Amino acid sequence: MSESIRTPLGKVRGLGSAKAGARHFIGQRVSAIALIVLVPWFLISLLGAVRGDYGDAQYFVSQPLNAVLILLTVGTALYHMRIGMQVVIEDYIGRTALRMVLLILNSFLSIVLFAAAAYAVVTIAI
Amino acid sequence: MSQTGWTDKRPMSPFVSVWRWHVTMLVSILHRATGCALYAGAIVVAGWLFAIVSGPDYYAGFEMLAASIPGQIILFLFVLSFLFHALNGIRHLVWDVGKGFDPKFASFTAWGVIGLSVVLAILVWWAADLFPGLPGLVDGAYP
Repeated sequence: MSESIRTPLGKVRGLGSAKAGARHFIGQRVSAIALIVLVPWFLISLLGAVRGDYGDAQYFVSQPLNAVLILLTVGTALYHMRIGMQVVIEDYIGRTALRMVLLILNSFLSIVLFAAAAYAVVTIAI
Repeated sequence: MSQTGWTDKRPMSPFVSVWRWHVTMLVSILHRATGCALYAGAIVVAGWLFAIVSGPDYYAGFEMLAASIPGQIILFLFVLSFLFHALNGIRHLVWDVGKGFDPKFASFTAWGVIGLSVVLAILVWWAADLFPGLPGLVDGAYP
């Protein structure tokens, strides 16, 4: 059945699917579903914590439930935005060298931000 | 594509300059724009967490910026972008299961996302003051 739609050239090259083509597509949607649940809590909590003083912010992050939810929100959001920004870069940057540099910087920045946020949350909470 | 870049002089898709603006197009562009804005917002959120762990002296600087008028405007735009991107993200998820493509309905949901994100942003902005005692939010909220 699937053979009938392949061109003769396609059969000769035999490259087919790379088997992981849908990974980013699915990952972006699954992380989106998780964020729909996390975002309302995160926005209201963040605004409340920012409006307080230093002690309020510290106390907010130090609560076990808040610490876990912040880590989940930040981790999921950074995963989601790394894939999203990758698509934007691939769409708009035609020059190969610049595109590669920006893609690498995008990965580095996402991971650095996660390391900084995770270190901060865990240190405050413990 | 060559290393020297794009040399074809013909207009490229999506060819924004010749289209009559319509709301689905505006919302599609705003989805990407808010996504990029939230990228910057994530840097600020990570900075906020890092300012807390760095101590009161560092936090005072952050607090001053956040409390200023430009800081408050940026914070509100961050909330608005977040809600717009989330609501339009739900619209995208509905498309992913193959529903909501009818042009009139797509325009309707596009307007809906714009209106609802503004209303919810104001509501969240207000609710954050109304419920300062959300679990663990403020010192003494727990018994």
